[in-house]
Amino acid sequence: MSRPNTGDPHHIDVKEFHPRARAAIADPRIRQNFRKAMDGLITKRKDAFAEWDLEALRDLGANIRLRALANLPDLLEQLEQKLTENGVKVHWAIDGDEACRIVRDICVARNAKTVIKGKSMVSEEMELNHYLEERGIKALESDLGEYIVQLAGETPSHIIMPAIHKNTGEISELMHEKTGTDLSNDVEYLTASARQQLREKFMNADVGVSGVNFAVAETGTLCLVENEGNGRMTTTVPPCHIAVTGIEKVVGSLNDVAPLLALLTRSATGQHITTYFNMISGPRKPEELDGPEEVHLVLVDNGRSTIYQDDELLDTLRCIRCGACMNHCPVYTRVGGHAYGTTYPGPIGKILMPHLIGLDEGRHLPTASSLCGACGEVCPVKIPIPDLLVRLRQESVDGDKLNPAKVRGHGAKRGTLEALVWKGWSWMHARPGVYRFGTAVAARLRMLQPGRLGGWTQYRTAPRLAAKTLHERMKEREQ
Amino acid sequence: MTSREAILQRLRNRSGGELGVPDCDFSVMKRAPSSIAERIERFEKTIESVHGEVHRCTPQSWVARLAEILASRGARNLLVPAEHEIGHALRDSGRGDLPELLIYDEPIESWQAHLFNEVDASITSTRGGIAETGSLILWPTRDEPRLMSLVPPIHIAMLEASELHATLHDAMNAQNWASGMPTNALLISGPSKTADIEQTLAYGVHGPKELIVLVIE
Repeated sequence: MSRPNTGDPHHIDVKEFHPRARAAIADPRIRQNFRKAMDGLITKRKDAFAEWDLEALRDLGANIRLRALANLPDLLEQLEQKLTENGVKVHWAIDGDEACRIVRDICVARNAKTVIKGKSMVSEEMELNHYLEERGIKALESDLGEYIVQLAGETPSHIIMPAIHKNTGEISELMHEKTGTDLSNDVEYLTASARQQLREKFMNADVGVSGVNFAVAETGTLCLVENEGNGRMTTTVPPCHIAVTGIEKVVGSLNDVAPLLALLTRSATGQHITTYFNMISGPRKPEELDGPEEVHLVLVDNGRSTIYQDDELLDTLRCIRCGACMNHCPVYTRVGGHAYGTTYPGPIGKILMPHLIGLDEGRHLPTASSLCGACGEVCPVKIPIPDLLVRLRQESVDGDKLNPAKVRGHGAKRGTLEALVWKGWSWMHARPGVYRFGTAVAARLRMLQPGRLGGWTQYRTAPRLAAKTLHERMKEREQ
Repeated sequence: MTSREAILQRLRNRSGGELGVPDCDFSVMKRAPSSIAERIERFEKTIESVHGEVHRCTPQSWVARLAEILASRGARNLLVPAEHEIGHALRDSGRGDLPELLIYDEPIESWQAHLFNEVDASITSTRGGIAETGSLILWPTRDEPRLMSLVPPIHIAMLEASELHATLHDAMNAQNWASGMPTNALLISGPSKTADIEQTLAYGVHGPKELIVLVIE
């Protein structure tokens, strides 16, 4: 099992990161499944960019996202206006609960009992499936990975490859147990079985729910990236399509789409492009013979407008959800996606989730990192993820006077003793006489230094104080 | 206050002040000029790398090639456009070696089960292609509805070689997409696939198992 505390995936205690991480590290299957997958993805990404001036493309991607964020309120209004002209109904949700209510109300108005879903991380963030099911509406995932994860009663362990934590044997057993397929290590057979099971569901679903990769304000177009065709099925076969997206996904023009798409698929899976790039600009017209008669877009804020207030934290909103940061993260590769206990795992999760759940609940997220910098180096839109991790670490101990903390739950890790020690440290360092005296005393009493310094020495040797202070040694040299 | 007003107000009254708008330098998207022959070659190479199949044909030879392809797959029927010249050419060909020709001329609701369970192959036109990514551009219409390129296990697409663009950036500008998008526009780059089971590629997970492109030169 990938999740030490199984049971209801909607009540994971994010604070329990360390026990989960330890359990994952001790599990060779998780280690193998992730290592194999991440190594493959790293190589594929590198090959896919071989012909490109990658730095120039990343600069362009970053600037397109920054330009869109600079005009965010205007672009959202333009998007709404264009989509409305095209016949799409636009809804706004302040948080996940409101977004869930909007989806439910649309379902109720259509007397819908079954919902089929394309892949959508925002719907995971809203916990939409759970919400609908409690209200008697069955929500079925149709992306193969999401379908597998749903059969197992789990949550995705990667934002692009949700079932990456399972190997073929585990999936075969799961499908055998839940759907009655034969036990087989033949991936073709397992895939064909899922195709058959899901085709029935597509035909009978009342509503299709999808995410959005880019929302183009200029033309009122919702772009979806996918390989399987389940996204196209979800947005075409049921009579009603509801797209849910974070408010940051909007871009100005169609021209902005080509560079972002080039970055997204290559960064995510090393593909030049996905099998399908689906651009939806409206419901079925009277003369058309298929497509949904109703299309809705739910714009979800859920903490994003708060992130938007701060010049540094704002960079979090550039993200195009490719997952490259997790593929290259040495921590993610070893502990896997479930250890984090959050909707978005890995580096992007560590800088995004504290805003969504607060730094008290997500206190361990910014420190679940070695600050090696790989995430920032591969990010297609150049989000300075390591800088943001440091910023959130400061916020979690309440920072200093120059940089007042802003994130919800800030100061959650502040300890009175630690704060006092640092206060004394700064007091001493501002007074040369006290500093010289203090360091001289410490050097003389170095034999009394404790060998263990809490968590610090759990995996490290304690640093030893020098026999002479730097000032003393400098003085000796001068003589 | 509605949620809409609340969100927009928070975004407009940003505490950090107004944000600078960076310049976007699109020169990295530019490519050296290429001939049609070079683009065909690139298109072929790229789409074949993702399991697509390319047949280079002429306006005279494609029907015979299509008949061979369908016979080799044992296709019982082929869904063809009613109005487009592709449909006319096939219906008027008088060939005995083509499978039964079907037309998508009523709303999906009235024949959904038949389309999902009984149709073996479909053929559609395209609005052009993209050499760099091996992509087909489709703008579904009443004559060639959205599900035609998605539901049957074999999708055959006709691509005029002269409509091959170097990149998506070039294609959308050459065809002036910004002046108005259809209800649904698609780029299709290979058959439906997944790697969700231990990164092992499998084709035809929800859409077609085979994508066959007839490039007309």
